[in-house]
Amino acid sequence: MRSDICVEKPLEAVSVSPAVDAVFSYFGKEIFHHEPAGTSMETLWLPQGKLLDVMRFLRRSEHGFDMLFDLHAVDERLRRHRPTGLGQVGFSVFYQLVSLRTGRDLMIKVGVDEAAPKLPSITAIWPAANWYEREVYDMFGIVFEGHPCLKRLLMPPGWQGHPLRKDYAARATEHGPYILTPRKQDEQQAQLRFVPEEWGLARGNGQRDYMFLNFGPNHPSAHGAFRLVLQLDGEEVLDCVPDIGYHHRGAEKMAERQSWHSYIPYTDRIDYTGGVVNNLPYLLALEALGDIPVPQRAQTIRVMLTELFRITSHLLFFGTYVQDLGAMTPVFFTFTDRQKAYGIIEAITGFRMHPAWFRIGGVAADLPKGWDALVEDFLAWMPKRLDEYQKTMMENATLRERAQHVAAYTSEQALEWGVTGPNLRATGFDFDARRDRPYSGYENFSFEVPLGKNGDVFDRGMMRLEEMRQSLRIIAQCLKHMPSGAIRADHPLSTPPARERMKTDIETLIRHFQQISWGARMPVGESMQMIEATKGLNSYYIISDGGTMSYRTRIRTPSFAHLQQIPEVMRGGFVPDMVAHIASIDFVMADVDR
Amino acid sequence: MSVFSLPAVQAILPQLMSIAWGIGKALIVLFGVVICGAYMSLVERRVLGLWQDRYGPNRVGPFGLFQLVADMLKIFFKEDWIPPFADKFLFVLAPLVAMGTMILAFMVIPVTPDLGVADLNIGVLFFMAMAGLAVYAVLLGGYASGNKYALLGVARSAAQSLSYEVFLGLSMMGVVARAGSFDLRTIVLSQQGLWNIIPQFFGFIAFLIAGIAVVHRHPFDQPEAEQELADGYHIEYGGMKWGMFFVGEYVGIILISAMIVTLFFGGWLGPFSVVPPFVWFALKTGAFMLFFILIRASVPRPRYDQVMILSWQYLLPLTLVNLIITGAVLLWVGGAA
Repeated sequence: MRSDICVEKPLEAVSVSPAVDAVFSYFGKEIFHHEPAGTSMETLWLPQGKLLDVMRFLRRSEHGFDMLFDLHAVDERLRRHRPTGLGQVGFSVFYQLVSLRTGRDLMIKVGVDEAAPKLPSITAIWPAANWYEREVYDMFGIVFEGHPCLKRLLMPPGWQGHPLRKDYAARATEHGPYILTPRKQDEQQAQLRFVPEEWGLARGNGQRDYMFLNFGPNHPSAHGAFRLVLQLDGEEVLDCVPDIGYHHRGAEKMAERQSWHSYIPYTDRIDYTGGVVNNLPYLLALEALGDIPVPQRAQTIRVMLTELFRITSHLLFFGTYVQDLGAMTPVFFTFTDRQKAYGIIEAITGFRMHPAWFRIGGVAADLPKGWDALVEDFLAWMPKRLDEYQKTMMENATLRERAQHVAAYTSEQALEWGVTGPNLRATGFDFDARRDRPYSGYENFSFEVPLGKNGDVFDRGMMRLEEMRQSLRIIAQCLKHMPSGAIRADHPLSTPPARERMKTDIETLIRHFQQISWGARMPVGESMQMIEATKGLNSYYIISDGGTMSYRTRIRTPSFAHLQQIPEVMRGGFVPDMVAHIASIDFVMADVDR
Repeated sequence: MSVFSLPAVQAILPQLMSIAWGIGKALIVLFGVVICGAYMSLVERRVLGLWQDRYGPNRVGPFGLFQLVADMLKIFFKEDWIPPFADKFLFVLAPLVAMGTMILAFMVIPVTPDLGVADLNIGVLFFMAMAGLAVYAVLLGGYASGNKYALLGVARSAAQSLSYEVFLGLSMMGVVARAGSFDLRTIVLSQQGLWNIIPQFFGFIAFLIAGIAVVHRHPFDQPEAEQELADGYHIEYGGMKWGMFFVGEYVGIILISAMIVTLFFGGWLGPFSVVPPFVWFALKTGAFMLFFILIRASVPRPRYDQVMILSWQYLLPLTLVNLIITGAVLLWVGGAA
């Protein structure tokens, strides 16, 4: 394990990190409100007018940050426990900055007035802010001044209202009946027509016209309902505009009307190939908030299932990756392998793709009898299959020609756009949250973090193959050292009182009834947890107002950032290169749109 | 009194008989090829299934043999839809050209010493002509569809076919030079004792690759490249018109396999005289058809420009060198004799 990357844990209660210290000494301490790191990041509230200056400073200073990790907003109007830095305004926008190199992070928060919600755009400082600001505009109606193209991102262009505002009804029954007339349909169709001028794209270069091609939302290689509008000169991609939102389900809004417990199944469906991996950051954030200790056995079971799901997700990736490079057969083999992994998952959880099997404080049930034999079989089966894939596909000259040095980008470009996970490691950037910001007991496992060199389509494919090998290593360690003991925390917030006590004591009965019917009430506070999900860094930022439901749940998904980066990488490529790049990103639209 | 007893009819009866037999042979070859082409859709799916650890269509009839019937019924009953933005005449013409040229080209293939539709003394050139015309199917179909993906497919197809037909022709010239004839039957007979695969190995390699490219089978299926162009030039086609493209492609595979066998593997010739010539021909052709499917199952698709580089930078010089050496050897041997 590398020693130079570690999380800087505050020693005393009110510690100030070097970055904040630098900000204080540069701008003066008075205008800020500082909250030390706790279950969430260290937070700095600042006045609107200083936002651009501070952002520019934090980008460039030696204590600066290399990635705009997340950016979103909170509707603070119904919050009972309002943060002190907020003042009297109705909204707040938060910017999560991380430094993956040094393992530091900082959250910048700015209050936004309800009457005229506007903020300066930081896209000139952090290009990755582009889509995030558009989403905030879409969801909260906050206008970012100076944004190059502030349009709705997830909702259709003609949508009325801003869904994540607290006064926007969540339930369909609270809205009027939905009627689609032919005229309305035509209007909506017309809104979807791509007008190049709106995106600053030329229709031709004077000598010849460019062709604008809708790649998706229905295209075999678009990997879901994803639309990419290509500006083509022959087969050369001059520019492209990704269009997302076709898979938007309002998962963050749903979190605000589900109990802490009953939201777990929704998380499974964020990255729908990741299964229980999605439960993990949500639950870890909650457990930190409620100070719920997770037993060793539960942690190890979680790690084992997470790695199993990482393998099934990577197998799906690998099959479709080589298929998009034109090899039709491997996908059938990887599906056979996935089937074996799902056999284990099904035996343990009783479900296949979306088990929703982790619980607050542990897991739903203990491992079934004979689980170890299943895992042993799988561990014996997989390595030779992976070797075969490597030999037949990754060492194939045609595939190498197609993939090497295609759609390559550097670590700097990746960080600039918020690219994480295997795609970041393919550029040679050595960061894996499992090792560098360990959670759920990953610090107890020995595994390597495979790294690429060129950051091209080929390296991104190899990354997944190597990661599967490492995941097998971790699963083998789980198998060998599975601790005994409880599988669920004995904590009032995670587990209802024991049935025997409930029968004798009215207080316990009431408590049991409340916990089953309403669910647990999490303490007031904020919590943020990032994990190394199957596709990159996935994080949940949870705000509890002391209720049985979340006040705000922000889900930062890796695929969102990866899609935003496509135009940067694809300019000048050919259509087949673009297909190869899209295949190598490994995204699912549910993970992008949430 | 029967017409056949008339002296005039008596005089031309042998000719009539031979015309009838000629038509009969043509019909046998025609139906044989079309049925084989159609059945190849089943064979391909079953064989791919075998290689990919799955079953393929095995439900309709024994071993799924009647799957074809089910497919045909479905395809015939599908709405014969023409997109409103399409050029109707060309849109209908294109699949006819696709299937027609491939079947016509089969006319010159000598199946056995007795079976074969026509022994043209320009057989090789006729094959080239038909292969050249087949490009129009893609061009017209893609152009008439009025679809951007189809247009990209057409552009690819035009470039690919033009390049590959250059050395598709050149790769056969070595064989022609050895046989001293463009007639395919003469070419087969010239291989008695030694199949052309030995002296014309490089010609074979070039012809094989060019052949795959001409019928745009994977990995040279650039015009339709499903992952990129979502079926390219026939993206707007459905029902029987699509079916004709489909069967045309399979007939193309049979045609190229039969040409490989005729040019390089001694046609119907075989070592054991007990085995009838037709069986030799069918076995060899079948083996190449399976080979085409195996290629599809096993290799990734190169990028379009890499396909062009392969053609102009490697295959064209290869065929030219092959032709020069063949000519030199022939002259040297001929000069010595």
